[in-house]
Amino acid sequence: MTISSTQTPAAPALSGRLKLGLVLLILAVVIAPVVAGQLGGNYWVRVIDFALLYIMLALGLNIVVGYAGLLDMGFIAFYAVGAYLAALLASPHLLDVFVFLQVWFPQGLHTSYWLIVPLAALLAAVCGILLGAPTLKLRGDYLAIVTLGFGEIIRILLRNLDRPVNITNGAKGISGIDTLSVFGVKFSGVQHWFGMKIPSLWLWYYLLVLLIVLIIFICLRLQHSRIGRAWQAIREDEDVARAMGINVRNYKLLAFAMGATFGGVAGALFAAFQGFVSPESFTLQESIAVLAMVVLGGMGHIPGVILGALLLTALPELLRSQAAPLQQAIFGSVLIDPEVLRQLFYGLALVLVMLYRPAGIWPARHTGRTQ
Amino acid sequence: MSLLTVSHISKRFGGVQAVDNVSLSVEPGQIHGLIGPNGAGKTTCFNLITGLYAADSGTFALEGKPYSPKKVENVTRAGIARTFQNVRLFNQMSVLENVMVGRHVRTHNGLWAVLSRHKRARQEEAEAREKAWHWLEYTGIARFAHYRASDLAYGHQRRLEIARALATDPKVLALDEPAAGMNAAEKVALGELLKHIRDDGKTLLMIEHDVKLVMGICDSVTVLDYGKVIASGTPETVRRDPAVISAWLGGQKHD
Repeated sequence: MTISSTQTPAAPALSGRLKLGLVLLILAVVIAPVVAGQLGGNYWVRVIDFALLYIMLALGLNIVVGYAGLLDMGFIAFYAVGAYLAALLASPHLLDVFVFLQVWFPQGLHTSYWLIVPLAALLAAVCGILLGAPTLKLRGDYLAIVTLGFGEIIRILLRNLDRPVNITNGAKGISGIDTLSVFGVKFSGVQHWFGMKIPSLWLWYYLLVLLIVLIIFICLRLQHSRIGRAWQAIREDEDVARAMGINVRNYKLLAFAMGATFGGVAGALFAAFQGFVSPESFTLQESIAVLAMVVLGGMGHIPGVILGALLLTALPELLRSQAAPLQQAIFGSVLIDPEVLRQLFYGLALVLVMLYRPAGIWPARHTGRTQ
Repeated sequence: MSLLTVSHISKRFGGVQAVDNVSLSVEPGQIHGLIGPNGAGKTTCFNLITGLYAADSGTFALEGKPYSPKKVENVTRAGIARTFQNVRLFNQMSVLENVMVGRHVRTHNGLWAVLSRHKRARQEEAEAREKAWHWLEYTGIARFAHYRASDLAYGHQRRLEIARALATDPKVLALDEPAAGMNAAEKVALGELLKHIRDDGKTLLMIEHDVKLVMGICDSVTVLDYGKVIASGTPETVRRDPAVISAWLGGQKHD
């Protein structure tokens, strides 16, 4: 028998090039809203803020689909749960409907987001488990159908829960949601700091970046751990995972709950960001879009997922804003409606990636292959 | 005392009595072969012992303690680890990670431990990694530790499956046709590895078709045919048993 003398390699030290890359990346992230603001105005900062929300969603879904291999087509439901929780707890809507509550809240219902965000995470996690429990025995396509149904149930529920008691205000949605304020700084309007005008969109940007860093940190810890390995084992071969002593049921539920948590937090922030929520924001198309970000970028690989989310939110916007002027310049008239073009490119991108890079644009690499 | 005792187990699939009142006992520190012609019920018997199927009747005991192979994860916890007839690895995970999954059942890090990485959690993780390296070196595939499991050569994949099973600290290592698809040289090397594992105090139960390998390394053998035990004992006595000879070569019906 050959006993090789290989030892556990130490964590690879950051090489010079990698360090430089990291510094440049951080710099780019920090100045991104300034540059975007200069080039395209607040419209583009807003687009980036939305992209960040989608990154949060994609990272959450990545736990379910990428790590545990559970095809979830109704992920947007958790986003909806978080958003509506924030909408109900931080807008005048509930007090308008239940007038008797006004006695307790003479100033109106303005629940702090310090409370709403953890609550949204918790409620979404519970919903994740509720969705997970009946689907434990389902695999692949069957699981996809059931989760799709779940997503639609939540949306239809939100749409129709304005009768007999008006809880969600139906298709009209809930408006007048409090804006976020952190340590007394309101995330709306323009802040004047040190003689500079700081639009609230920038504040949102930095807040979301911070949250995403936290989420990446959590994802990385999960990925390289006993839990992450158990998830991946289930993804690769559920029967063998069971034979290795993994409690498949609990780990699947944990994956659903963890993924949903990030969805719920993103939803609560979305409500605060928009100041308005309606069932229109939580359609099946949104679920598919988030799933496409994960699959297109590279399932189970965090940088890939982030790239996928950025591409699929930024490129359609770019197309939307540039397609018409470009056609005007070249052909003298707008031949194809930018919206049509956007959908065409979206589909084309998916087909091309699946054909030529089936593991995603930026998949995980195993170091050993080149050894 | 026998390490693993299986008494009077039966399993029926529709009209087929796949396993019929089979009893066998595996002595500690031995390699026990489970052999028989195709369709004799070896794999079914094996799946009953390792909890993949539920037995219609019969009892199971490990170290004298009865265990119920109703849930396959409990069987692993109790101390029986298995490999599969067709290699089944976690293909997209690295070789090292595959073996670390084997440590799952002997470790405890939960959500809080994983997120906070407190001292004990880090120790447990480091220990799991160390043990995994140990088994990779033991089976001679440590140099492939960072390869994707699916990128390994077939013979090495077989070894990886054994390493993964060994990482669960089993009392009984159950191998389902470990030499299937191997060439002669690989079979010899495998035989050496299995003997090595036995000499280190583990007990092995294996299904194998390759008679030369079975006769070469097994300490005792149970022969199945049509779901029934037709002979058991040392390889020497079994190979001269007329019932075994007729089951393999045809000839006179033994019943």
